[in-house]
Amino acid sequence: MTVETIISFLIFLMILSAIIAVELKDLLSSVVSIGAVGVILSLTFLLLQAPDLAIVQLVVEILALIILIRATVTRDSVNYSQREIFVKVVTMIGVFVFLFSLVSVIKLLPPFGEPKLKVANYYITEGLGIKNNISETGAANIVSSIILDYRAYDTLGEATVLFCAVLGVLAVMRTVGRKK
Amino acid sequence: MKEKNNNSGMTLIVKTVTRLTVGLIMLYGLYITFHGHLTPGGGFAGGVILALSFIHLILAFGKDFIIEKISEKITSVFESIGAVLFLTIAVSGFLGGYFFKNIYGKGVPFNLFSGGIILPCNLSIMLKVGLGLFCAFLTLLLFISSKE
Amino acid sequence: MNQYLPYILCLVLFLIGLYAVLVKKNLIKIIIGLGIIDYSLNLFLVLIGYKKQGIFPILSKNGQAQPIVDPLPQALVLTAIVIGLAVTMLMVAIAIRLYEKYGTFDITQIRKLKG
Repeated sequence: MTVETIISFLIFLMILSAIIAVELKDLLSSVVSIGAVGVILSLTFLLLQAPDLAIVQLVVEILALIILIRATVTRDSVNYSQREIFVKVVTMIGVFVFLFSLVSVIKLLPPFGEPKLKVANYYITEGLGIKNNISETGAANIVSSIILDYRAYDTLGEATVLFCAVLGVLAVMRTVGRKK
Repeated sequence: MKEKNNNSGMTLIVKTVTRLTVGLIMLYGLYITFHGHLTPGGGFAGGVILALSFIHLILAFGKDFIIEKISEKITSVFESIGAVLFLTIAVSGFLGGYFFKNIYGKGVPFNLFSGGIILPCNLSIMLKVGLGLFCAFLTLLLFISSKE
Repeated sequence: MNQYLPYILCLVLFLIGLYAVLVKKNLIKIIIGLGIIDYSLNLFLVLIGYKKQGIFPILSKNGQAQPIVDPLPQALVLTAIVIGLAVTMLMVAIAIRLYEKYGTFDITQIRKLKG
C-alpha cells in the first residue's frame, strides 16, 4: 500500500461526497456532505506531510459549516424546478471535452512525487543553516519563516483582503438607510 | 436587577459543559499562536480557534446575555489595533534597511523568544483574523434576528 | 499512467464544482459549488510539492538528515484557505440580503434590477 494508492482512494471518496452534495434536494443534507469533503481533505493534507495546512483546513471547515447552516436552516424549503434536459446534456458534453483536453496537457508536469524544487532550495539551505551552521531566520518551522520573513509582503496583502471582506459584510448588512 | 431568562440558548447540559471548556479552547488558540515558529500552526490557525471559542459562547448561552459585554464596536476596535500593530512592525524595519527587514534579535534556536520578527507578527495576525471573523459573524446573527 | 492518477482525480473534483455552478438554480447550491472548486485547487497545489519518502518541513532537535517535501506550495496555500473562508462569508451575506428582498433563492426570478 503505497502512499499514492491511499491518496487516490481518499480523493475518490471526496468525489463521491461532492456528487452527493450537489445532487441532493434537501439543503441541510447537502451542507453536511460538504462538511465531509472538508474533513477528508484535512486528512489528505496530513498524509501529504503538511501539518500546518491540516490544522487550518479543519478549523476553517467548522466555521464555514456554522455560517452555511445559519443561513439555510431558518428558510422554509421549497422545491425549485429543474432545468431542461437539453441544458444539462450540453453542459455535460462541454465538461467532458474540457476534461479530455486537460488530461492531454497534464503529461507535461513532472510525475507525482518528484518535484523540481528550484526556488525552495535557497529557503531550505539558508533557513535551516545547512551551509554555515547558523540559521538566517532563527525559526525552526520553515513554512512560518517563509510567510513571515522571506515573503512577508504577501502576508500583508492577505491581511488586506480579509479586512476588505469583513468591511463588505458590515456594509451589506446595514438596515438603516440614509436620513432624508 | 436583571432577571435571568432561563429559556434562551441551549439546554442545561450544554451550558454546564460550556462553562468548563470555553477557557481551555481559548488557551489552546493562544498556545498555537505563541509557538508558531517552533511547531506547526501560526497566526492564522490560532486566530480562527479564538473566534470559534467566542462563537461557542454565543451559541450556548443565546445572544441576549453576551451582547452587552462583547458588542460589535469593541471587537472592531481590537481588530483595527491588530492591523495597525502589523504595519508598525513592518515600518520599523526601515531602521535597519528596507521594509519588513528582520531586525530583532535572533536568539538561540528552539527558545520561545527566538526568530526575530516572527513572534510579534503572529500575535498581531491572531488579533486581526480572529476578531475580524467574529465581528462579521455577529453582524450576520443580528441581522437575522431583527427581521423576524 | 499510474504516476498521474492523483492529478486527474483532482481535476475531476474541479469539474464537479464547475457543473454545479453552471447548471443549478438554487443560490445555496452555487455557493457550495464554488466551495468545491476552492478545495480542489488547494489540493492540486499541495500535490505538486510532494516528494516521495519526504518528511514534514520542521527542524527537530535530534538531527538526522532526511529529505523534506517542498515547503513553498504549503506557504501559498496557507493564506489561500483563510481567504476562501472570507469570500464564502461575503457570498452568504449577499444571499441573505437577496432572500429578504425577493422572498426566494431561485435565480431565474431575481431578474428585476431596481436602483
